[in-house]
Amino acid sequence: MRRLTWFNATSLTLGLAFLYLPMLILIIYSFNASRLVTVWAGFSTQWYGTLFSNQGFIDAAKVTLKVAVASSSVATVLGTMAALVLVRMGRFPGRTLFSGMIYAPLVMPEVITGLSLLLLFIGIGLDRGIFTIILAHTTFSMAFVAVVVSSRLMTFDRSLEEAALDLGASPFDAFRLVTLPIIAPAVISGWLLAFTLSLDDLVIASFTAGPSATTLPIKIWSAVRLGVSPEINALSTIMIGIVAVGVIGASLVTKRAALRREAEERAAVQG
Amino acid sequence: MGQTVFEPWNDPEARPLIQFRNVTKRFGDFTAIDNQSFNIYEREFFALLGPSGCGKTTMMRMLAGFEKPTEGTILLGGKDIAPIPPNKRAVNMMFQSYALFPHLSVWDNIAFGLRRDGRRRDEIAARVEEMLKLTRLTQFARRKPHQISGGQRQRVALARSLAKAPRLLLLDEPLGALDAKLRTATQFELMDIQEKTGTTFVIVTHDQEEAMTVASRVAVMDTGRVIQADTPARIYETPNSVYVADFIGEVTILSGTARKSGAGYEIHYAEGVPPLYAEDEARFDNGETCHIALRPEKVAISAERPEDRRNAVEGTIIDIAYLGNLSTYHVKLATGQMIKAQTANTRRLALRGFTWEDKVWLSWTDTAAVLLKE
Amino acid sequence: MGRFFLIALPFAWLLALFLVPFLIVLKISLSDIALAIPPYTPTLDLTEGWAGIRAFLSQLDFENFTFLTQDDLYWKAYLSSLQIALIATVLTLLVGYPIAYGMANAPDHWRPTLMMLVILPFWTSFLIRVYSWMGILSTEGYLNQLLLWLGVISTPLTVLNTPTAVYIGIVYTYLPFMILPIYSALERMDASLLEAAEDLGCSRLTAFWLVTVPLSKNGIIAGCFLVFIPVIGEFVIPSLLGGSRTLMIGKVLWEEFFNNRDWPVASAVAVILLLILIVPIVLFQINQQKQREAEE
Repeated sequence: MRRLTWFNATSLTLGLAFLYLPMLILIIYSFNASRLVTVWAGFSTQWYGTLFSNQGFIDAAKVTLKVAVASSSVATVLGTMAALVLVRMGRFPGRTLFSGMIYAPLVMPEVITGLSLLLLFIGIGLDRGIFTIILAHTTFSMAFVAVVVSSRLMTFDRSLEEAALDLGASPFDAFRLVTLPIIAPAVISGWLLAFTLSLDDLVIASFTAGPSATTLPIKIWSAVRLGVSPEINALSTIMIGIVAVGVIGASLVTKRAALRREAEERAAVQG
Repeated sequence: MGQTVFEPWNDPEARPLIQFRNVTKRFGDFTAIDNQSFNIYEREFFALLGPSGCGKTTMMRMLAGFEKPTEGTILLGGKDIAPIPPNKRAVNMMFQSYALFPHLSVWDNIAFGLRRDGRRRDEIAARVEEMLKLTRLTQFARRKPHQISGGQRQRVALARSLAKAPRLLLLDEPLGALDAKLRTATQFELMDIQEKTGTTFVIVTHDQEEAMTVASRVAVMDTGRVIQADTPARIYETPNSVYVADFIGEVTILSGTARKSGAGYEIHYAEGVPPLYAEDEARFDNGETCHIALRPEKVAISAERPEDRRNAVEGTIIDIAYLGNLSTYHVKLATGQMIKAQTANTRRLALRGFTWEDKVWLSWTDTAAVLLKE
Repeated sequence: MGRFFLIALPFAWLLALFLVPFLIVLKISLSDIALAIPPYTPTLDLTEGWAGIRAFLSQLDFENFTFLTQDDLYWKAYLSSLQIALIATVLTLLVGYPIAYGMANAPDHWRPTLMMLVILPFWTSFLIRVYSWMGILSTEGYLNQLLLWLGVISTPLTVLNTPTAVYIGIVYTYLPFMILPIYSALERMDASLLEAAEDLGCSRLTAFWLVTVPLSKNGIIAGCFLVFIPVIGEFVIPSLLGGSRTLMIGKVLWEEFFNNRDWPVASAVAVILLLILIVPIVLFQINQQKQREAEE
């Protein structure tokens, strides 16, 4: 039986405050009438206006979204394949190398990944642009998808697959009809993770973007290097808002589904 | 009597459905199945019985196709099935955990195997309805596995595994998760269904009562070997080893040396007391070690020494196990051995004669015991 | 056939886009800077055949690496990065463990909400979260405003553009990476073990040290690796919050590449950084492998 002590309650409160206060401040000051971000001059939404009329930001946002959708989708497919290989296939020649390449991007500093990919693109004469960013993002996102999916696969009840085989399904059909629908939540989490990583990425995009493509993080970076700016605060608020809606929404949906399932299970035992 | 008895294993004309020929299965250094050969005939309800680790599940998985024998061959209908993958065999399995597909309804679970075969939709629908009726699940057809109870899930697993009318159905500890009352009812249901559909059933269990109830033949296993494969009656009445005698039901084992005496043998089991006498088909040399296997229900308990029996020993009641309908008395002899005697409680508690510490006489007939070499 | 394809596709992708690039970095680190596009020499001319390859190899040298040892900047930056990463990891552990512990001890129905609250910042842009501290830690920032207003200090503190700001930034951004593995380990722990310890005479504190901490060891190790290794090569945080006084190798690499346009030296920096990281990365992989095997 676990007890929530005063120490626990305090550390939780302080911890959450630490995590959220900076973001709250960002949001509040995005409505500051004055450009001097640190002096409150009254409530105003003008910075949102300037943000939306800034074509540069809007173009960058479009590019970022394109890259994120494309790279996370490919990364999810490749990452799921890699997870299957790691969890299901036993020894095969090159397995250590394979597993090393899968887990290394998790901890590799982005400057190294970015530099190495840029040198590759130049070496093979590939022009830098949206395509190269997509290639780069897919490569490092794949690792994260593989970790999420493989962790789910390890707790997956293999007798379900055996039952499918026993009933006449080919190994591919067993995966498609039984395994995949059941691990779908993990695959979707993997996709979301890859999507977020791509959306956020500054360093690797800077190396691999080239002159023609600009992503939102790159634009934000050039703005904030000069100091604090209220348009960036406004942009930040919008991004935080979208993420918050998404995370809270997903959390509510999962909770509702879990409660419904529990009620059904209880009813089944009685009936 | 004119009644045909189902005994294909005794029929020289009968061709077995399954043949294990010198099958060995090793996992690295560990030998799970050690050079086993036996047959299973059509329409049998065959039980593989043994403690955990004896290899019964490995046998089953080899039949299902999830393991391949290291040595030897397994024939199904005369054909070697080792090269055939599990999804192409006419064998279906009912899993211990049921392995119901949680994302599919009961109806879709049962239809799964039929759909893999590519049958027509109306054929599939008709067959699924038939299975639902057979297992009394018609009203639950649209529900998902988490919306039905454990007993209902077990029936879905059964319906799903029978849907394709396999030649051979494997049942892996199918009743383990059910409570006692439900288990007994389901045992009889299984037997009914087996007879009705005419499918050959092979059941794996560690519960000897279950095996004895449902099976036409039981194979008692120990560390990778089938020790005895026979009808429940013969396993109980004529076990071939101390292991089997001890594994099934309750038994008293007394060890001693044998000496031929008339139609049977005298067994000297202790110093300073008269030998016991038993008549048995087994042959012993004089002085050979011999074990007496004695079932408690065949041991009579009395206050006075019985006049008409050669096998009569005296002892003290150490323990009484009261089971409602029966009482088992654990009696210690003066020479130290423990013998179990069991009687039905035909009279009420207060009127029964024996209690702890009483001195009693135990006796049994000349043919009650079985003599075993090991 | 299907198996081969399943392994081959991701394998080939990773070989081409992960492994080969590293080999290229190695090659460039052995090359010289040139006023050309691409800005390094020699380039491999395969049309020359075997002679071309030999000519190429003969022009490679370790000049860049010796250069790195000559200029103080580089080895100081490596050392500084290691030091900062170590301290930051410890700080993150000290802040993160109590939070994870609090989460694990919270009533069951709070846990999903707490989990969501901890994960939400993780899903928000990393860049924005680091940026938010700029406004707080600058001399005219909110922290100084608050402290001045409260009368705790009389002149503004210089926090921004110092290592302190970098520590705060790192702890803030990497906190979820520390909390989640530790929480996961604590949550799996059987609470009756603590009760057994107390029953045998331990005080609450002793039980914590003797039972809880060792059992959450796996989570602690995983969390530390997940913070330490990437932080060594961090770029964004030291750039925005650290100023010119904070020396970190990630910044050096970036500046070498973008500002000095000296790709060969940047590559040499990357190679050395990789070599430094190999030890903890391999240790991390071994640890993960052992954990997975133990769970089977």
